[in-house]
Amino acid sequence: MIGFLTLFYKEFLRFWKVSFQTVAAPVLTALLYLLIFGHVLDAHVQVHGVPYTSFLIPGLVMMQVLQNAFANSSSSLIQAKITGSIVFVLLPPIPYGAFFAAYVLASVVRGLLVGLGVLLASLWFAELSLVSPLWVLAFALLSGALFGALGMIAGIWVEKFDQLAAFQNFLIMPLTMLSGVFYSIYSLPSFWQQLSHYNPVFYMIDGFRYGFFGASDVAPEFSLAVVVACLAVVSLLTLRLLQQGWKLRT
Amino acid sequence: MVNTIPAAVSIVNVVKRFGSLQALRGVSLEIAQGEFFGLLGPNGAGKTTLISTLAGLSRPDAGFLRIMGHDVISDFREARRRLGVVPQELVFDPFFSVRETLRIQSGYFGIRNNDRWIDEILHNLDLTSKADANMRRLSGGMKRRVLVAQALVHKPPVIVLDEPTAGVDVELRQGLWQFIRRLNGEGHTIILTTHYLEEAEALCGRIGLMKQGQLVALDTTANLLATYPGASLEEVFVRTLRQ
Repeated sequence: MIGFLTLFYKEFLRFWKVSFQTVAAPVLTALLYLLIFGHVLDAHVQVHGVPYTSFLIPGLVMMQVLQNAFANSSSSLIQAKITGSIVFVLLPPIPYGAFFAAYVLASVVRGLLVGLGVLLASLWFAELSLVSPLWVLAFALLSGALFGALGMIAGIWVEKFDQLAAFQNFLIMPLTMLSGVFYSIYSLPSFWQQLSHYNPVFYMIDGFRYGFFGASDVAPEFSLAVVVACLAVVSLLTLRLLQQGWKLRT
Repeated sequence: MVNTIPAAVSIVNVVKRFGSLQALRGVSLEIAQGEFFGLLGPNGAGKTTLISTLAGLSRPDAGFLRIMGHDVISDFREARRRLGVVPQELVFDPFFSVRETLRIQSGYFGIRNNDRWIDEILHNLDLTSKADANMRRLSGGMKRRVLVAQALVHKPPVIVLDEPTAGVDVELRQGLWQFIRRLNGEGHTIILTTHYLEEAEALCGRIGLMKQGQLVALDTTANLLATYPGASLEEVFVRTLRQ
């Protein structure tokens, strides 16, 4: 237990010491999206009966939760692998389950901190209802954990920073940007609407948004089931890789 | 009467391949508790691979390794608790100070409130004045000392030093060896790899010489020196490898 707590603390400290870069910068990025899209579209567009800026905020919050959870675990592992400091966590008797839990928890904490920052800052720009905080919390925690675990797989898998950038730019970014952050999928043509249902991030954002407005594109229970199933699969895969020591122990 | 004290390190017929390269070819070796053991050999002989398999960083393809009677694969938690490794590469985590690094390393081994021992290590390695300095700000020699400190935070009975004095000035070397000798005197088993053969000759009670993944000589330092009367360990090393 002390090993797990220490590894979590170290991972927390690692991003907290550079929080200007790891927390403040993504909050600013999200606010810029909000300013630009909100200003242009707020007077013209309503989604689920709410003004566009209000509709946009939960999507931006969740997008930052996901991207930062992913960035935390993946960057920590790749940096440790490249510098060789990964030996400091491989030599001690830390069970692979504790290893997994510490990295994922730290990723969730960073994701939630950034998400909370975006949420609080965006309240200056729009009013936001909160119909069901439990749905909000459940989707934020589970989705952050899922992307933290995905970040671990990426961090273990890749061997260079540019490979990690490719993972982020060609997989994570499109999945999050094309998931309904900026729109309801019912505003899309039929083909893209159908395709969106195969994007797990769509369910994370849709369910998260339900917690704010009580309205969503699909039932939140179904979205939750999809997120839980994806989290289970990705977690089991990550645990298997850690147990085998894949790309960590030769 | 049966001797029930387990060996500090027991290595039995260990084989390790990296693709077509056979890095370890059935190495067997036993190191008793309290020994100061030297593992020598030219670059590429398999010393670091052997240490990596012992530390669990590398998995053997055949054979087994035990630390104080605990198998490094099936009983890895107990085995790793008993082992401290100073890696060969000068690695560090740039986010933390020296003291934070050592506290974190203690926590990985399940130890809280370890400041008294950390202070003692810092003192013995002449790092007290750098305790709150960020790792990035330390010189190479200082970083090497922190690596030694990290290997010692959990007071392991078996300590592996993989070329700990590479690139380190004379003063530190002497201080380091004084401290390591003291630990050895207190019962810690020390396994040393080094290219400084005069250090091995002065410190090690027994020496294993590796070449191309095999142990080609294994004896007490005195017996090895007696093989070629009047020769230094360096000469014995060169002649044995030529055979």
